[in-house]
Amino acid sequence: MRPSRAVNLNGVWSIYRSELQRTQRTILQSVATPVITTALYFVVFGAAIGGRISLVSGVSYGAFIVPGLMMLSLLTQSISNASIGIYFPKFTGQIYELLSAPLSSTEAICAYVGAAATKSIGIGLVILITAALLVPVRIEHPFWMAAFLALTAIAFSLFGFIIGVWAKNFEQLAVIPALVVTPLTFLGGAFYSIDMLPPFWRGVSLFNPVVYLISGFRWSFYGQGDVSVAASLGFTALFIAICLAILTWIFRTGWRLKP
Amino acid sequence: MSPMISIAAVTKRYKSGLIALDSVDLDIARGEIFALLGPNGAGKTTLIGVVCGTVSMTSGRVLIDGHDVVHDFRAARRIVGLVPQEIALDIFTTVRKAATFSRGLFGRPPNPAFIEQLLRDLSLWDKRDTKIVELSGGMKRRVMIAKALSHEPDVLFLDEPTAGVDVNLRRDMWTLVRRLRGQGVTVILTTHYIEEAEEMADRVGVINNGRIVLVDEKAALMRKLGKRRLTLALQKPLPELPKELAGWPLELEDEGHRLSYRFDASAEDTGVPTLLRRLNEIGVDFKDLDTSTTTLEDIFVDLVGRAA
Repeated sequence: MRPSRAVNLNGVWSIYRSELQRTQRTILQSVATPVITTALYFVVFGAAIGGRISLVSGVSYGAFIVPGLMMLSLLTQSISNASIGIYFPKFTGQIYELLSAPLSSTEAICAYVGAAATKSIGIGLVILITAALLVPVRIEHPFWMAAFLALTAIAFSLFGFIIGVWAKNFEQLAVIPALVVTPLTFLGGAFYSIDMLPPFWRGVSLFNPVVYLISGFRWSFYGQGDVSVAASLGFTALFIAICLAILTWIFRTGWRLKP
Repeated sequence: MSPMISIAAVTKRYKSGLIALDSVDLDIARGEIFALLGPNGAGKTTLIGVVCGTVSMTSGRVLIDGHDVVHDFRAARRIVGLVPQEIALDIFTTVRKAATFSRGLFGRPPNPAFIEQLLRDLSLWDKRDTKIVELSGGMKRRVMIAKALSHEPDVLFLDEPTAGVDVNLRRDMWTLVRRLRGQGVTVILTTHYIEEAEEMADRVGVINNGRIVLVDEKAALMRKLGKRRLTLALQKPLPELPKELAGWPLELEDEGHRLSYRFDASAEDTGVPTLLRRLNEIGVDFKDLDTSTTTLEDIFVDLVGRAA
């Protein structure tokens, strides 16, 4: 008998919808929090301090930080959504249902990562709208803006999914975003152009993967980035490829998912 | 007819080195209710896990309705429902959403009418829009069953379905299992409660230390091993069996104060009247008599004790 290969679309859709319903239950925390946080950044950095900072690359400081702020939220939200999405069933034991379902690993990843990315893209857009009300935002390359938004959301949702599978407790779940991702984002040029740094630190910054993401994203807004667009795209693609390779291995071996 | 589930030479060795399943072979027929008995840690849950996909096997092969659970997992898993021992639910969702989710996860298109009937059958319809966090433990267990049945499986695994549930729910569970059998669903349940196996199962398997030590029709098992026993409390103790009674399956117990006789209750001639007449003739008087049936429990304890 030939193995059945029919894709379980109902299964993918069920997980996707249920993950987004989880977001609806915490709509205040999911949407209001990033909006308020972003508004605060604009008040503090844009209005209070930014008024004293001259134009960066010909863009007002308030507008300059918009892509970086969106990336900051996109990265943290993608990781936390995807990691909790898979960690929570593991924690409560509900994972039994996923493991016993006629669903391939690819389908499970598409569903969980797709839902996490959808949610963080939504939040990114909410931040963009909030920002547009406060500072003069312009988008020179809308297609590439959308592409960077989607690819970054997918890349870090994949990364978050891996963290969720890896984590054995809530501390481990929180430690990577807090100790690795947030510092890298702050040091990745969210609030400044790395051209402003002394040469030594500019060199060090080029080892920070987040620099490439923010640079490419800012290029799509204002036509200028710290590194080339090709490098930004190449890095994002490489990151996605690494995550997919790790996930393939996880599902093939059942690592931390089943005994 | 080919078996519904065919387990061949399945071994599971955990990373700790523990061998939870040691080359298990087992066939489950279509439409039967199969009870898997065994003490804690015998390998019951691991065996279910291997069949359902929650545990990866070290070696061996499992077919469900002819589909290999590893290579053709889609076809194999689509027809299986699993109710694990522990309650594990998304407590913030509602009963109806939980069941609807499970149906979709197993690849079935939405069918609100079926979900309604299912929830009604499990006395959950009144609670359909209640959040699971607000339900009692017994109700949560019903939700677990509803989820497992939401995709209309042909095979249902119940891992310790009645551990720690009240009498009402246990009765309901038994009724449910009988109804499922009526619909042609194959049911495999694990249990500690021998009475449960006795009450419901068509066949019984006993597992101990990762090995299947016995599989048989429940009725045959009872016939084979389930003898009855007549115990006579004697007026005067006997130092030894009188020679007139040689050849009878008799035993003296309690320093000659009791005489016990094993017999087959389903046999045409149990031998009891003849024995009593004979005792009267040779002048052995008794003051009381008692009969008891060997239960599955006796058989089980006997088997597990012998294997250990």
